[in-house]
Amino acid sequence: MIVTEMKPVDEILGMIEGEKGVFILCCGGCPEGYKSGGLSKGKDLAEAVGAKGVTVTGVAEIEFLCNKALAGVKLNRSREALRGADSILVVSCGVGVQAVGNVADFPVHPAMNTVSMGGRQGLWPGEERCHQCGDCLLDRTGGLCPITTCSKSLVNGTCGGTKEEHCEVDPKRPCGWLKIYQRLAALGRAECLKALNAPRDHRKYDFPDARRSTVLWALEVAAEETEEAVEASRGTDT
Amino acid sequence: MSRLREALGKGGFTFTGEIGPPKGTNIAPVLHEAEEFLKDCVVAVNVTDIQTAVMRMSSLPVCKMLLDRGIEPVLQMVTRDRNRLALQSDLLGAAALGIENVLALTGDHIVMGDHQGAKGVWDLDSVGLLDAMTKLESGTDLGLTMKGEPNALDGVPTFFKGCVVAPCTEEVEPQIIKLEKKVAAGAQFVQTQAVYDPRAFEAFMKRIAHVKVPVLVGIVLLKNAGMAKYMNKNVPGVRVPKRIVDRLAAADKKDVRKVSVEVAGELIREMKGMCAGAHIMPLGWDKEIPRVIEASGVK
Repeated sequence: MIVTEMKPVDEILGMIEGEKGVFILCCGGCPEGYKSGGLSKGKDLAEAVGAKGVTVTGVAEIEFLCNKALAGVKLNRSREALRGADSILVVSCGVGVQAVGNVADFPVHPAMNTVSMGGRQGLWPGEERCHQCGDCLLDRTGGLCPITTCSKSLVNGTCGGTKEEHCEVDPKRPCGWLKIYQRLAALGRAECLKALNAPRDHRKYDFPDARRSTVLWALEVAAEETEEAVEASRGTDT
Repeated sequence: MSRLREALGKGGFTFTGEIGPPKGTNIAPVLHEAEEFLKDCVVAVNVTDIQTAVMRMSSLPVCKMLLDRGIEPVLQMVTRDRNRLALQSDLLGAAALGIENVLALTGDHIVMGDHQGAKGVWDLDSVGLLDAMTKLESGTDLGLTMKGEPNALDGVPTFFKGCVVAPCTEEVEPQIIKLEKKVAAGAQFVQTQAVYDPRAFEAFMKRIAHVKVPVLVGIVLLKNAGMAKYMNKNVPGVRVPKRIVDRLAAADKKDVRKVSVEVAGELIREMKGMCAGAHIMPLGWDKEIPRVIEASGVK
């Protein structure tokens, strides 16, 4: 189970500032089970950003966004709602955000921070990697993670060690920052690269003992803590 | 005030050189060469910081030793080996020793070097390091007090802050975007990766005309045709044209040094109208620096 938490609404609003329409896509896998995300949280988010004047063209849930083939097929069912959107706000872990960015020809924004893989994720058949840094910056990097794709985990762009589009330390490893540049340029958003990214806050990598104590922690808490909340969330889903 | 800052401010053509600290404590040969061949030829001398991730003596004390010999140093700092506390701490130390010029670099990857299992730090990147210097100059640092307020420094440093760029890289736009970020973070001069193609450099300089900081073109002495071929194959952002490779290959073994110096001198002559100076990286051929400058016809 991947442990995630919603980013503050203000941070999300900052990401989607200026967008004419936003489509909210929720992962029905780990965030649903962990109750940090899922369709009900997606709808809450739609309401929260809608109250600030953002047009939400639709809210949908797809189980396990990390299964790219399935996610691509199911996302196609929302094409009407996507047509009016400038971007997709993805309520999932960093893998799901990157998977959606890879299957959809859309800018993606992460609505969550990924705190811990906490054991084993639902499905993960693709090349996307999440470092569980707890401070997701996929919004500024075209939905490609520089922490896991760049061999130096740089946050402000290429180091100059790009050789034939690959990393100089591994000819089989594509240069992460070149991929980010190419993706953003293709989306017409290369200006995202000009923002100065602050040094990472390494405290966010760590998480409380309670979460660290057991692989099954999330499931245990889900079982004990909130029967009512589970019911309530089911109620709003229908 | 830094002589490098002064020279670049005046607008003439400025030369800088470079030395690498030894692997071991025997610093005498490096200092001797710096005094003998660099002191009177270049305005400032870069001291590399664990270049190519091969462990060597630290740059900071070598900079101080140059300073004591009347040679102005440029302290190179990579972000690979130290976190933000250590980097800022060393910056304060450098300022206290009278070292003003600092060149911020990401640093080659650990696996390029001789301690391949070491941990790469990159707590800051080159942009973050420039920003840290700018903050220190404003009297604060990257941290916060217990109350969440900026820390106040007791004594504030002044730096002349440099950065690097690779003008002949395959995809140049990401390099330009990053250069803009470096300048936004405080960079005041640029020393480039080695350039062997004046036309490519001219095109690059046109594309960065909006970036208003002096650029010193990087000149690496090619010791033979094999080195040129090796660089083409293995060093990202460096392209040695065939005509230069052929010229080195055609030279008699006893003439290779002479040809190498001629090539470097000609490159500078061709590019001197495009930029503010040249940064000569002799890679051990320190004694050729006076001849390169002479061959360039600048002085």
